[in-house]
Amino acid sequence: MRTQFESPIVLLGSRLLSPYIMLFGIYVIFHGHYSPGGGFQGGALLASSVILIRLSGGRIVSRLQVREFFTTPLAAIGVIVYFGTGIVSILFGSYFLDYEALPFPGGLDPAALRYYGILVIEIGIGIAVMAILVMIYDHMARGEDYV
Amino acid sequence: MVAFAGLLIYGSLDLPYRGDADNLMHSQRSITDTVVAGNYFIQEAYNDANTPNMVTVVLGDYRSIDTLGEQVVVFTAGLICLLILRRYRPI
Repeated sequence: MRTQFESPIVLLGSRLLSPYIMLFGIYVIFHGHYSPGGGFQGGALLASSVILIRLSGGRIVSRLQVREFFTTPLAAIGVIVYFGTGIVSILFGSYFLDYEALPFPGGLDPAALRYYGILVIEIGIGIAVMAILVMIYDHMARGEDYV
Repeated sequence: MVAFAGLLIYGSLDLPYRGDADNLMHSQRSITDTVVAGNYFIQEAYNDANTPNMVTVVLGDYRSIDTLGEQVVVFTAGLICLLILRRYRPI
């Protein structure tokens, strides 16, 4: 753990694998209406793809993917997306987190509005879980000698 | 431990079969003749939210405040990790 060296094989394998894990995470979030999955699981998959690059490439390479600066605001944005959905549905004349009054364009019926409302909060959960897992990893790794 | 495992196996022999329609816990009304609340979620989940996955509807729509609480718990855990692990000055 103490000695560090460049390993192009590991980095190449991670670079090959990481986009597909990220794609699968996005699929799990967006396909949660039809199959097992949802925000928490998809967010964990997205975080695993980001952490894979961070483990193999180090700080300099992983800066190209997701900056360390962005993780804490992204976590807050994920919570705000969820909470703001509830507040918006209050403002348009419904109960808290009752999606049938959300102002989506197109004149949808309440069932379709609930469909899209669930999708929005799943995206919020996914963003928050991904950002929090990456944030914990960053702050743990900064204690080590981490190039 | 073996005796405890034997006790558990003996107890599991009396459990009803999975998916048995005559079973009490799958009936529309409970012992005290009140309507079981989960029936509504199972029967009306597709009509209410247009979503085939019942679990997503319960998690995201009927019990969405609970999911908001879960997300806030995860967020708070992350913030506490940030507070503990953060380096204030270079060592």
